[in-house]
Amino acid sequence: MDKLELMKTANEVRKSIVTAVHSAKSGHPGGSLSAADIYTYLFFEEMNIDPAEPKKADRDRFVLSKGHTAPGYYSVLAHRGFFPVEDLTSLRKVGSYLQGHPDMKHIPGVDMSSGSLGQGISAAVGMAISAKLSNDDYRVYTLLGDGEIQEGQVWEASMLAAHRKLDNLVVIVDNNNLQIDGPVDEVNSPYPIDKKFEAFNFHVININGNDFDEIAAAFKEARETKGQPTAIIAKTIKGKDVSFMENQAAWHGNAPNDEQYGVAMADLEKVGEALCQM
Amino acid sequence: MSDVKKIATRESYGNALAELGKEHEDIVVLDADLAAATKTGVFKKAFPDRHIDCGIAESNMMGVAAGIATTGKVPFASSFAMFAAGRAFEQVRNSIGYPKLNVKIGATHAGISVGEDGATHQCNEDIALMRTIPGMVVINPSDDVEAKAAVNAAYEHVGPVYLRFGRLAVPVINDNPDYKFELGKAITLREGTDVAIIASGLTVSESLEAAEKLQADGISAEVINMHTIKPLDEDAVVKAAEKTGKIVTVEEHSVIGGLGSAVCDVVAQKAPAKVMKIGINDVFGESGPAVQLIKKYGLDSESIYEKVKEFLK
Repeated sequence: MDKLELMKTANEVRKSIVTAVHSAKSGHPGGSLSAADIYTYLFFEEMNIDPAEPKKADRDRFVLSKGHTAPGYYSVLAHRGFFPVEDLTSLRKVGSYLQGHPDMKHIPGVDMSSGSLGQGISAAVGMAISAKLSNDDYRVYTLLGDGEIQEGQVWEASMLAAHRKLDNLVVIVDNNNLQIDGPVDEVNSPYPIDKKFEAFNFHVININGNDFDEIAAAFKEARETKGQPTAIIAKTIKGKDVSFMENQAAWHGNAPNDEQYGVAMADLEKVGEALCQM
Repeated sequence: MSDVKKIATRESYGNALAELGKEHEDIVVLDADLAAATKTGVFKKAFPDRHIDCGIAESNMMGVAAGIATTGKVPFASSFAMFAAGRAFEQVRNSIGYPKLNVKIGATHAGISVGEDGATHQCNEDIALMRTIPGMVVINPSDDVEAKAAVNAAYEHVGPVYLRFGRLAVPVINDNPDYKFELGKAITLREGTDVAIIASGLTVSESLEAAEKLQADGISAEVINMHTIKPLDEDAVVKAAEKTGKIVTVEEHSVIGGLGSAVCDVVAQKAPAKVMKIGINDVFGESGPAVQLIKKYGLDSESIYEKVKEFLK
């Protein structure tokens, strides 16, 4: 996929995020929208995966450590063909397989159940260790929130990942700067995030996480990095491309009402139309 | 009983893993800086590549074990009961229990028989915590023979299993050709008609001794070894309740939420009978030699004997 196609795909993923959360009347749009470009690149370009065979043994693994942004994860899985896009409107409803947080038992393409912050990265480390034990080639990706790294378990996992030289592991931090209670540096600052991962012996790459050129270069660099895990610190805009959600902590975990949904979709249509002019 | 062979079940855990590791290459053992104490050091020596020391970080260890399990290997995550079930409870619940991953938790140093380390390390709550997790199997073996059999059964079972082991060397009571370990199947060690003593872990041998003493007083006590707390052998409980009408549960665990509570759940619903729970009575432990603590907290054969007599009055 070229950059324009990736941007168009990410635009479709964003529309599905807003639609799913609107339908559910709850959920987490802000961090789903901020990470939509990362999701899109991972599932359409980077990872060795097959929607026809979601559990194939040599697949690359993905763990959504910031599990509350499941709407973004589900949207990209649906657009990649793991399940019907129409099912996204069943998000969070009784009887639906699309649980509020990722559920590996019932959702095709989900490699690990997650949602309790700080836990996903440990599972990703376990997967990467397992690959090393049996000389398997698959790679492991895990996406964390910048608020999530306040959890101590993240650093327990990071210490072990570097200690075991897990160069098959890529940790991505979605640095949209906002958590529920406000800006991360006002709540309990995780900064400098890059220096922390460096101190934990990671190879660290700082990027604009809403720019596909930078995303692509970072994942390439991660692949070429040997002997240590990589941390990609992705600066992003929370609520990206929805005018009233951008950089608003209030849209961390709220659903748009019907009127707001109309505005959000119009915003995203506009972005999509602009891409078609390119 | 000085001529009876005594082995701590944590030793059995390490030895069983080392044996099992020879046959099964998919076994991976994890520790959190306690391999010398959990006795998995034996496995580590035999299979250094398949032993992952996670350092002093039990929460992460449980998540790592979960991740390893998703790839088809069978991790045994080892630590003290306090940290495995206590500190890492939520990781066990959400990263292992909820996705029903094939992780085995080897929890050693359970109960007050930890001894001198005292209350901070004496976990009397782990069975209560673990048995609330849907799909979790909870096993509390009574001796070396049973502990080894439990490790094998845990490996064969697909799904999460919590194995509870002790630090203290305890008498080997199951070393006979008829012994057979079946997950969720209680073993009647002694038939009786006046009262049924249902025990698990190190209190099984104490209960057998207590039954001997009761016999001398003309009291016929049945002794049931309930090695699996979950799934509980409900039929065995109902049978015992109907047969004797009086049940005594004995466990090295809080009387809240453990074997006694599990037995009461069944008795109350299916076969009403009077139950006395012997265990740690909603208090923290303390430092001291394990054998003295067992006596002080009323879990030795003499205390059980006296309480049962009182109960039957």
